Amino acid sequence: MDLLNGFVALANFVLIPAIAYGSQLALGALGVTLIYGILRFSNFAHGDTMAVGTMFAVLVTWGLQAMGVGLGPFPTALLAIPFGILGAAAMVLLTDRYVYRFYRAQKAKPVILVIVSMGVMFIYNGFTRIIIGPDDQRFADGERFVISARDFKEMTGLAEGLSLRTSQVITVITAIVVVAILFWFLNKTRTGKSMRAFSDNEDLALLSGINPERVVLVTWLIVASLATVAGVLYGLDRSFKPFTYFQLLLPIFAAAIVGGMGNPLGAIAGGFVIAFSEVGITYAWKKVLGYLMPPALQPDGLMQMLSTEYKFAVSFVILVIVLLFRPTGLFRGKSL
Amino acid sequence: MSGNPYQDDRGNTDASITNPHGQGTLTSAGTQPNPMPGKPGPFLVGENMTGGYGKTGPDILHDCTIEVERGEIAVIVGPNGAGKSTAMKAVFGMLDLREGRVLLDGQDITQLTPQARVRHGMGFVPQTSNIFTSMTVEENLEMGAFIREDDFRSSMEQVYELFPILREKRNQAAGELSGGQRQQVAVGRALMTQPKLLMLDEPTAGVSPIVMDELFDRIIEVARTGISILMVEQNARQALEIADKGYVMVQGANGYSGTGKELLADPDVRRSFLGG
Repeated sequence: MDLLNGFVALANFVLIPAIAYGSQLALGALGVTLIYGILRFSNFAHGDTMAVGTMFAVLVTWGLQAMGVGLGPFPTALLAIPFGILGAAAMVLLTDRYVYRFYRAQKAKPVILVIVSMGVMFIYNGFTRIIIGPDDQRFADGERFVISARDFKEMTGLAEGLSLRTSQVITVITAIVVVAILFWFLNKTRTGKSMRAFSDNEDLALLSGINPERVVLVTWLIVASLATVAGVLYGLDRSFKPFTYFQLLLPIFAAAIVGGMGNPLGAIAGGFVIAFSEVGITYAWKKVLGYLMPPALQPDGLMQMLSTEYKFAVSFVILVIVLLFRPTGLFRGKSL
Repeated sequence: MSGNPYQDDRGNTDASITNPHGQGTLTSAGTQPNPMPGKPGPFLVGENMTGGYGKTGPDILHDCTIEVERGEIAVIVGPNGAGKSTAMKAVFGMLDLREGRVLLDGQDITQLTPQARVRHGMGFVPQTSNIFTSMTVEENLEMGAFIREDDFRSSMEQVYELFPILREKRNQAAGELSGGQRQQVAVGRALMTQPKLLMLDEPTAGVSPIVMDELFDRIIEVARTGISILMVEQNARQALEIADKGYVMVQGANGYSGTGKELLADPDVRRSFLGG
């Protein structure tokens, strides 16, 4: 038994990747949950909103790289995030102006808006592919590792390496900062409180003089920012491919629903639940168990419950279980 | 129902994709942002109001007139389904008037949306869903003061003096309070806009008799500060006792009207409506 090496292997292959992935999902789920709470429908275009924002950020990153502008050890994409947010914000505001506003004026039922968002999803989908193409794009630069596996082994003399990528550290720090700002905004500012009031009771908000169009505008701006940040972080951690972002919709919705739709805290918790389940179930545990179990009990197989190709099945199963046994989610959802 | 295909959700109740909570129902009848000149008279006049819900719904109000003088308490009472709440909603612009008009302080506000009427000094406390349940008491009051640019601390202080229990519970979610306390939050929220006219739709529905007496006392206190009050009430006897003016509505029209005392003494009203 070798607890230390076992723990290092666990951290390297499960904990660190899951925490980074969980932060990205949490940011995505926060966007979904805000739309659900305030505009009252599930926005199926969210994955592609992330793709649009990330696409703008990637294009600007390439431009900056070509001009020789960089951030040294940090990825240039961090500089491009504000431009990505601008692009995504322009896109969602135009969509709101020419699509969603019509349905609001009709007082359309939310389920109609769900279907409308699906149409918007296809448009965004095509838009991204026309501009940047359907292929994998890499835009990460700067120092790749904070600690590489080899350095770690040399430093500690352990048999197992622990690698910590720059993108993972940046993801977690950015997620914490963004979430802190969002919660401060929702709970402390006048505009944030008016958004919560609108989410809680639309008629009474109207009678208190809160302008619904302004609430909707601010919501879209926040959602565009969250989506872009989540998208860029995910792209830095892996790579940018429009179809992958569309597929992210499933784990993101699973995260939002597991946490309780409309509850921002739940979205964060849900993001980590989904990320840890996905990584944990698709990871081959043989190595970690080899360190942790007495030699006689060591497993022969890979101890991998599902192959990584089936990772989406994990979020889907969790989604079904939650909807069957606790449809309101871990934290009671509904309003912000 | 309404014939609008966008409002047909085909029975969808899936809360994982749609959020039914707190959805708006207000369809604002008015369009105009500014009131038209009218004529001087009582502070609020709903004149010969005729109308019903929606563009095509049947008339519920028939030539109904309601007047409130400055600083007075006016009460609308009547049997179930007589159109009491509808009359109040008509005054507030929540349904289309086919005939008649509404004057506030001598200005014609018939074409104004409910939101615009709030800015012109009307405060409205709906019968249900009249507080932000997920927000704290203090946040509820802050939202009441949303349209105000000035410092609203003193108004909040006044509300806390009027309803001391709210000061104690200021950081508690309003949805966790008892029925009577919720009504206090609702009235407090409406008072934060500094209305000149406060409209209450059955403020004592579902609260105990003791709490009801206390609420009526508070309403009298509010009226003493110069705010006119228009109130719809189920508890007719108590309401008429504090009323300067009372309207008994019968089938969407004015049945009897007079001061509260007159109505209480009127043998017709007593027999047909107050139970002897």
